[in-house]
Parts: sequence; C-alpha cells; structure tokens
Amino acid sequence: MTDFLVLAACFVMAMVALGLIGIAVRGPGVDLILAVQLIGSGGTAILLLLAVATETPPIIDVALMLALLAAFAAVAFVASMPGATGGKVEVADDSRP
Amino acid sequence: MMSFTFDTAAALLIVAMGGWIVIVPDVTRAVIGFIVYGLMLTIVWVRLSAVDVALTEAAIGGGLTGMLLINAAGRLRSARPVLRTDAPVRFIAALLCAAVSVSLAAVIFMLPSPAPSLAPLAVENLQQTGLGNPVAAVLFAYRALDTLLEKVVLLLALLSVWSLATVGFWPGLPGLRPPALAGSTLDFLARHLPPYGIIFGVYMCWNGASEPGGAFQGGTVIAAMWLLVMIAGMRRVPSIDEAWLRRSLVAGPAIFVVIGFAGMMVAGSFLAYPPDHAKLLIVVIEVALTLSIAAVLGLLAAGPPVPESRP
Amino acid sequence: MTVVLDALTVAAVVIGALFFMAGTVGLLRFPDALTRLHALTKVDNLGLGFIVAGLLLQTGELLVALKLAGVWLFVQLSAGIVAQLVAQAIVQSRRRS
Repeated sequence: MTDFLVLAACFVMAMVALGLIGIAVRGPGVDLILAVQLIGSGGTAILLLLAVATETPPIIDVALMLALLAAFAAVAFVASMPGATGGKVEVADDSRP
Repeated sequence: MMSFTFDTAAALLIVAMGGWIVIVPDVTRAVIGFIVYGLMLTIVWVRLSAVDVALTEAAIGGGLTGMLLINAAGRLRSARPVLRTDAPVRFIAALLCAAVSVSLAAVIFMLPSPAPSLAPLAVENLQQTGLGNPVAAVLFAYRALDTLLEKVVLLLALLSVWSLATVGFWPGLPGLRPPALAGSTLDFLARHLPPYGIIFGVYMCWNGASEPGGAFQGGTVIAAMWLLVMIAGMRRVPSIDEAWLRRSLVAGPAIFVVIGFAGMMVAGSFLAYPPDHAKLLIVVIEVALTLSIAAVLGLLAAGPPVPESRP
Repeated sequence: MTVVLDALTVAAVVIGALFFMAGTVGLLRFPDALTRLHALTKVDNLGLGFIVAGLLLQTGELLVALKLAGVWLFVQLSAGIVAQLVAQAIVQSRRRS
C-alpha cells in the first residue's frame, strides 16, 4: 500500500510536470496563473498521498498550507494585472439575483 | 524503491524549473515560475523530513515572496531597464552558480556515513523545555538569541522598505491599493477565506510547541489573510504611523527581550528560562511573535508609502 | 476486511490519478484560456476528491480523517472561487486587447 501510494504521488507529479511544461512552452499570456492553480491542487494531492504513505499526519498541515497560499498567490497575481484598476467587469452572472 | 523514484523525479523537476526560471526572458513568467518553484520545493522539504521548513517554504517562498515579486514585476513593467546584461555575462553567472551547487553536493557526499549532527542532543534535552517539537526547542530554547535577532532583522527590513517612501509623503499609506476588479467574487473570497485562514494561523502557532509549526508559519498565514482583506478593499490600508500598528510591530521582539532580561534575574543568564515555567514563557513569546510577524510581513508586502493619487 | 479497504483505496486513488491525467490533457489540448481553466480546476479537483476518498479509508484515527476531509473541502472552496477570479481577469484582459 505504501509503495502504491508513493507511485500514485509520482504519477500525479508527472501530470503536474507535464502541465507545467505545456504552460511554459505556450509563451506569455494571462493563463500563466493556471500554473499556480495546477501546483496548488496537484501539490495538495501529492502531499496527502505522502502523508498517508509515510503515516506522518503533520504533512496534512503542509497540504493545507500549500492550498491556502497557492490561492493567495493567485489572488495577488490577478490583483496586480494591468487592467485590474479599471472598471468592474460586466460578465453575465447567473448567480446574482 | 518507489520512494527513490519519487525523490529522483522531484529533484529533476526542481532543477528543470530552476533552469527555466533563469533562462526565460520575461519577468512576469519568471516570477510565476518562482512561485510554482517555491510550492514544489515544499514537497522536497517534506521528503527530507523537514516538515517545519516545508510549512515555512509554502508560506514565505510560495505566498509572501510571491506577492513581493509580483508587485516588483508590476513596477518593472512600466520602468525602462537600466542595466542590460549580455549573454556572456549571464553564462558566466550561470557557471558560477552551478559551481556553487556542485561544490555543495560534493561536500554532502563527502560527509562521513553517520554525518555529525546535534539532533540527538536536541531531542535528549527536550523534556527540560517542556516542548514536544525539537525545532521549537532549537528556536526558542537552545538558540533563542538567534530567533530574537531574526525578528529584529525583520523590523529593520520593514524600515528599509519604508525608507523608500516618496519624499514629502511621510508618514503615508502603503502603496497597496485595492483594484476595482471583480467586485463580488473577490469580496466573497475576502469574506469567507480569512476566518479559516486565521484559525489555521492560530492553530499553527499553538501547535508548534509539540508538532511542526510555530510562530513564523502562523504569522505568515495571518499576514496573507490580512493582505487578502486589504486587496479586496474590505479594510483600508493603515497609515504607517498608526499607534496600534506600531505597537503590534514592536510587541513581539519587545516581549522577547523583556523575558530575556527577566531570565537574567530569575534563571541566571539572558534568555534562560526557569525550568518549571519554560513552556509557558515560550508560548507567550510565540503568541507575541505571531502578532508581530503578521504585522511586519503584511506591511512588507504592502510596500512603501506612496501618494494617494498614484494608481 | 483490510483487503477490501485496500482494494477500495487502490480503486479510488487510481480513478483520482486518471482524472488528474485528464485534467492535464485538457490543459495541454484545449484551445482557449477559459476552457483550459475549466479543465484544470474542475477535473483536478475531482481527482483530488477521489484521492482523498481513497485515503480516508486508510487512516485509523478520526482526527486525521477529519483533517483530510477538511483539506478537500477547503481546496474545493478556494479553487472554485479563484477560478472565477482568474476567469474574470482573462475576460477583462481580452476586452482590453
């Protein structure tokens, strides 16, 4: 079971790596921030798998920290984009009453 | 066997990411790459059984330094480059960096097989401190002076950032301005995330006495939540001369120093703890430091005071 | 009993890892920043959910299980909201250009 979980972590890491390579190759664009999202959810999965594989519960705290700060980094990036100080976006928003 | 594969793959990925960040010409991409690199490094630290460092790497390397670099990259976008480095210079720089890395690797491989380490001693004397986490014991009992000086260095760094204030606008509001983007979504995030983030930060500080965690990690999480609230415009950015702000900044190191001097009278030397109350004092210091670290890091990321009309 | 739990864990983790693979494929192949964001956040989160479900069967302690579930809930919340933010930023940057 331990080996299997570490293998799964390896596989997820490979998928994350492939995604990162794809983003890196694509060139400058606004979807760079997708890389942070990718490592956020992928890294959380890897850490949780490692936590159970090595039976070390504190690693779950690291996973939570990673998820939290990846979200924060994404927000900081979006807030810094050049158009961010413009007007509000009129996007069709079904959730608003 | 499987662990070896994982570790090797992680090491290769890290090196490749590092190389890409150095090579890529565009600053914005390099900064994003650096944030992703920091978050990936967290996994590497976990594999090295350094969970406390992993927490700090995710918090500082991923989130906070990320925000600092993002802001710097944003400012560089509008500035004209002053210094241009040509390919030969960059090549030599890369060569020197690689030489440093190779030397470090060689030193590690040349260490005797059970490498000399103070870790067993640190764990042995843990009971006297009343703590369960050897890293906390090193930070607050064995090397408390270093920790105190680090916090003072943080304050000095903040003063350096403040010294970049626009002339004539001291004291003023730090340059962090809420963007007018995405009204409802950012509001929603800034309303719902910080409560959990703050609870997690407090948990990190409290738990750091017996499990991986501590004041630094907890303080950084709280700083990130504060920054999020300011970015969303839910709370105004405080002017740097507000009394509560200045008191929070100083509280941590001040309490640390006071306890240190009290230790001189009660237990014999600066920063010595009386044996029965060691854990209590350390917890008090950690709580005060969490507050100060949150304030310092939040202000570091908010930037130097700028005039209000500038976007 | 443990054999059954192990088998379920293996199945759940494998499904989760496959979802991660699907997410990466979407990230690499979809034509557009918004569709890539879609693939990344929805599919990767689902993968994480399956992995967490599998890991829950492996832990013996209640506190650890609660923490795992907590991490998953948190990632759902934050990734979902950050995805909305990034999408609005993408739309805004298109509108400017």
